[in-house]
Amino acid sequence: MASSVLVSATGCGKSSKKGKVYYLNFKPEQDAAWQELAAKYKDEKGVEVKVITAAEGTYEQTLATEMDKKDAPTLFQVNGPVGLAKWKDDCADMSDTEAYKNLTSSDFALKDGDKVLGIAYVIETYGLIYNKTLLQKYCDSDFATVKSIDDINSFEKLSTVANEIQANKDALGVKGAFSSPGMDSSSDWRFKTHLANLPIYFEYQADGIGDTDAIKGTYLDNYKSIWDLYITDTTCKPTELASKTGDESREEFTKGEAVFFQNGTWEYQNLKDAGLTDDDLGMLPIYVGAGDEAKQGLCTGTENYWCINEEASDADKKATKEFIDWCVTSDEGTTAMAEKMNFVIPFKGAKESSNVFVKIDQANTAAGKTPVSWNFPTMPSEEWKNGVGAALTQYAAGTGDWESVKKAFVDNWATEKSKAAK
Amino acid sequence: MFKKANRKLYALIFVLPTFAAFIIGFIYPFAKGIQLSFFKFRRLNKLTFVGLDNYKEAFQDKSFLASFWFTLMFVVVSVILINLIAFFVAYGLTIGIRGSNIFRTVFFMPNLVGGIILGYIWHQIFDAILRNFDKPSLVTNTSMGFWGLIILMCWQQAGYMMIIYIAGFQSVPGDLYEAAKIDGANRRQLLTNVTLPMMMPSITICTFLTLTNSFKLFDQNLALTAGAPYNVDKGLWTTRMMALNIYEVFYGEGSNAKGVGQAEGVIFFLIVVAISLVQLFLTRRKEVQA
Repeated sequence: MASSVLVSATGCGKSSKKGKVYYLNFKPEQDAAWQELAAKYKDEKGVEVKVITAAEGTYEQTLATEMDKKDAPTLFQVNGPVGLAKWKDDCADMSDTEAYKNLTSSDFALKDGDKVLGIAYVIETYGLIYNKTLLQKYCDSDFATVKSIDDINSFEKLSTVANEIQANKDALGVKGAFSSPGMDSSSDWRFKTHLANLPIYFEYQADGIGDTDAIKGTYLDNYKSIWDLYITDTTCKPTELASKTGDESREEFTKGEAVFFQNGTWEYQNLKDAGLTDDDLGMLPIYVGAGDEAKQGLCTGTENYWCINEEASDADKKATKEFIDWCVTSDEGTTAMAEKMNFVIPFKGAKESSNVFVKIDQANTAAGKTPVSWNFPTMPSEEWKNGVGAALTQYAAGTGDWESVKKAFVDNWATEKSKAAK
Repeated sequence: MFKKANRKLYALIFVLPTFAAFIIGFIYPFAKGIQLSFFKFRRLNKLTFVGLDNYKEAFQDKSFLASFWFTLMFVVVSVILINLIAFFVAYGLTIGIRGSNIFRTVFFMPNLVGGIILGYIWHQIFDAILRNFDKPSLVTNTSMGFWGLIILMCWQQAGYMMIIYIAGFQSVPGDLYEAAKIDGANRRQLLTNVTLPMMMPSITICTFLTLTNSFKLFDQNLALTAGAPYNVDKGLWTTRMMALNIYEVFYGEGSNAKGVGQAEGVIFFLIVVAISLVQLFLTRRKEVQA
């Protein structure tokens, strides 16, 4: 099955003294840009770079299959400490790379003792994307309690706004406050992973930890509040959410049928392609009614770390290191990563991104807000996420209760963490 | 034309390509698969021998047992339904109604569609119907998922089995019917005493095919429900069949997930072989000569 999900590759690459690069890319949105950059690199340096992209949600399977082949990927990625634990033996030390030396903070490297096994190559941000024009229209309406977008700074305000939009959706010409929180696999990661980050973040903050074998679920009531808001104030009935896709949700937002759309910086290009301009777009923090909400920023972090295959030939390893160094230090590389891929890269030579959501995040931080860190790379396993996702779906459909979501969150966390430790 | 010794040599040469393909495509992977089930591994070049540990763990894996019972239930219902439908459709299409060739083609066509596409399309169809009745998606309801799978499989497989049954009907000699009619048999007696016994070879093949197909079902299961809904109390995916469960175990967390998955694969193979052999023995016994 794995071979059928592979997207096209450039060339087939004979091994030469120069070595070659085979990059197994994780992000389907950036496949075309990587192919282009690889072709450019070949023209310039004469080194073959093969880029293959795994289909959404199948990276681990594809990687496991590809790594057993003779021509295994020389460059692949893990999602953080949990992913690294699985692939540690296959990761080469990267401490001698320019990429590592140019990191803006050593926090962006995954280390094992003195060895640098992974380097983050993109910093991303997510939150509640909103349609500025529509939200302003709400603020200007008679029925609006909240009169300015800037006043939306807590869960209480957010839910007031959402409920009032929902109640007056015909007057505003929308179908709902939030675009549909679909639970099809093309969309469910927004909730079982990204939204679930918030209760985890606040619990870690309260307990002063960065990972745990047993989550307590202190903030699950907040998780429920925001999920209830999403599934009530939306464009369709909660019973229909199980099969709603990511594309449908985005389309509702770009067509102006919904005011809010939970997603991240990576969606910027898609939204622009659909005709929205920078003036239409804004991003709010996802308020769940926990912590110091006035100071809460957007969710910013990474789950994308490059690793170099330890078992590749020395020539290939060298070629791969040179390739990533070129990507993050050369003018062509950094420009492509900023403009074509819309990435914010954590390296000193980074070009400024034109991404409007990135700018909002930077402005927030400058104004003294604290970004919510990404703690979902510490989630125990895919199975855990799927369990939470299914429980959320069943809760929305009315065939399951919130108790089940809690169990899937808390009980499965311990079970899956102990499995992974075995 | 050939001397005897030469003929043997030629036979050997002509058999060689097929034999080589059989070794490469079946014997080697099969032997390798059995071998791997006794090892702890994550990559094929790093194997640690663990004896029967993988098998022990497989038998303690509650998702493996649950998927076995779910699969068994599915197999029983789908084998019966598919064969009944295929048999009567074939019967209807051999008594000479107009346009039976068109019907045959139409009924056969679903079989040409790939499992993933089929599962996805039926998922959409079921959900659209359920939405009309204000009911949630079939991925939130176990029994709905079960019957969804049954309907999908009947729709897909009945056409193929129908073709085999039609061939069976056509091979029943007409004089047998004539003789039976002269002896005063009514339609019902013709069916049970002439047609059915003469059709036993077709029934053997069709039950065998539906039985093994249903047991090994993967694509449709993945695309239609992917195992959902999830039962939090039991920690189980309630519509996950054996093949899908093995896939999930194999790619799951833990350092010896692959070994356990492999062991479950071997057990799964033995179960399918055993059940098919019993079925072949039982239906073969009923076959008669005209």
